[in-house]
Amino acid sequence: MKNPVDLTISELRQLLDMKELSSVEATQAYLERIESTDKRVCAYISVTAEEALSQAQQADETIAKGEAKSLTGIPLGIKDVICTKGIKTTCGSKMLKDFRPPFNADVMERLHAQDAVMLGKLNMDEFAMGSSTENSAFFRTKNPWDLERIPGGSSGGSAAAVGARLCAGSLGSDTGGSIRQPASHCGVVGMKPTYGRVSRFGLVAFASSLDQIGPLTRSVRDCALLLEAISGHDPRDSTCLSVPVPPYSEACTPGLNGFTIGIPEEYFVKGLEPEVETAIKVAIDALSSQGAKIVNIRLPHTEYAVATYYIIATAEASSNLSRYDGVKYGYRAKEYSNLMEMYKKTRAEGFGPEVKRRIMLGTYCLSAGYYDAFYKKASQVRTLIIQDFKNAFEKCDCIAAPVAPTTAFKLGEKVNDPIQMYLSDIFTIPVNLAGIPGMSVPCGFDSKGLPIGIQLMASHLQEEKLIKTAYNLESALNLQGEWPEP
Amino acid sequence: MAKITVSEVEHVAHLARLTFDSQEIDEFTRQLNDILEFVDKLDALDTSDIEPTTRAIEVLNVFRKDEIKPSLPVEEATANAPMAENGAFVVPRII
Repeated sequence: MKNPVDLTISELRQLLDMKELSSVEATQAYLERIESTDKRVCAYISVTAEEALSQAQQADETIAKGEAKSLTGIPLGIKDVICTKGIKTTCGSKMLKDFRPPFNADVMERLHAQDAVMLGKLNMDEFAMGSSTENSAFFRTKNPWDLERIPGGSSGGSAAAVGARLCAGSLGSDTGGSIRQPASHCGVVGMKPTYGRVSRFGLVAFASSLDQIGPLTRSVRDCALLLEAISGHDPRDSTCLSVPVPPYSEACTPGLNGFTIGIPEEYFVKGLEPEVETAIKVAIDALSSQGAKIVNIRLPHTEYAVATYYIIATAEASSNLSRYDGVKYGYRAKEYSNLMEMYKKTRAEGFGPEVKRRIMLGTYCLSAGYYDAFYKKASQVRTLIIQDFKNAFEKCDCIAAPVAPTTAFKLGEKVNDPIQMYLSDIFTIPVNLAGIPGMSVPCGFDSKGLPIGIQLMASHLQEEKLIKTAYNLESALNLQGEWPEP
Repeated sequence: MAKITVSEVEHVAHLARLTFDSQEIDEFTRQLNDILEFVDKLDALDTSDIEPTTRAIEVLNVFRKDEIKPSLPVEEATANAPMAENGAFVVPRII
């Protein structure tokens, strides 16, 4: 029999339901692989083996009673920005190094209700700020395809763990590309759902008008299963939409007849690696061969997205991160002579350089005299970017484009150049600004053997269109089954 | 010309309740200037007639009933505090 770690969630589901494999056996297989392999990949901040095995036992009982749901007994990893009751949730920061949330995030409640198994918490850029996971306060996660390269970020642990078969699927969060870019670099499927599709209750806030939780998996069908499990209305997040959750995995049907895919010329610009461009074009041809009609579209304000994002996201972050004051939870400086000094030293010692840079930029943009020039201006350009997408979706069902301009870069390569690092998110940021769903699907490899992802975008709440398109692409390219052995 | 000076960076650091040594202040001044120069490109767009977007999805008037629900017990609410005593957070003397 195959090692359970080599199976997709859908394959595991079949074996679990036929009682050919127990959740305890699958969980043990993953824990053994984490033990042998994660010292090289460094995806997990904490491994919760004991809790995982007890959840697996519980899952096996649920399966024996014939009450299994789609994720019952499936071993998953969770980005360390999602609150897990009583289990350390660090956000990759010294500030929250020992923080044990007194409650579960909404997505965790949903996973627990299905008796899914949590293997542990995954590494990330501090407070989800970064594109390489090098901003983690603890250690650097490596790309499972080449251990000298970054896995992408900020959900680098979530993507690397799925690619390295250290969990069957994972949850990440995406504010400007933090699920899709690492998914692309690690050769896995990743989706940022529509803003409001998934509750943000218990997701530690970075930029509240942009943040969204989403799945990372080794197949499109798995992505649909995980999305279905975490979606739905939650009154504790007032931006969480009260709309029905469709059976997303049923969108995995062959054929794209009647589908129109738009190709935005603004995403095929200088800086896009030729090998990435070639792979994207091959994937577009594959979509055409499945029956889709390919049309050219325009998203004229694309070039302004990064600048817009770095004003809006940092402004929101500077406000959200003001809660870390050394009083209610988290780190507090050891020496101080008054309250002001306690605040300042706590924050100076508790936050890393990128988090401070963004708090500084956001505070400046919101400060007296600059608000109109920066924040208001960016919010107006955001309107133009949203309008671009509205116009585009009158002509097509889905947009197809690159996820990132390059494949995974080397560790340390961009760490001292914030703007170069920000520009690696150039193609993923517009989706967050518009609140629409976006997905990264593996579509090939460059000559160094590094994975390349194609990005699919659809209008609000049209995740089924993404899944259908991605499923057809996956079948046509037949890349599944190629996984690295780090 | 630099858009933000060392003394402005020091002022922003105070607003953000952060503190830096002089080398860090110099580095932040340089990096913030680079970033501000980069975001300058937005000025090329005429947005005088454009409404700003403050939320990604239009959801209006989300209300809930004002009901009393169970809340966290005090011991749990203070369990993560760096300093707590008798169910209260301990802070340096303010007055």
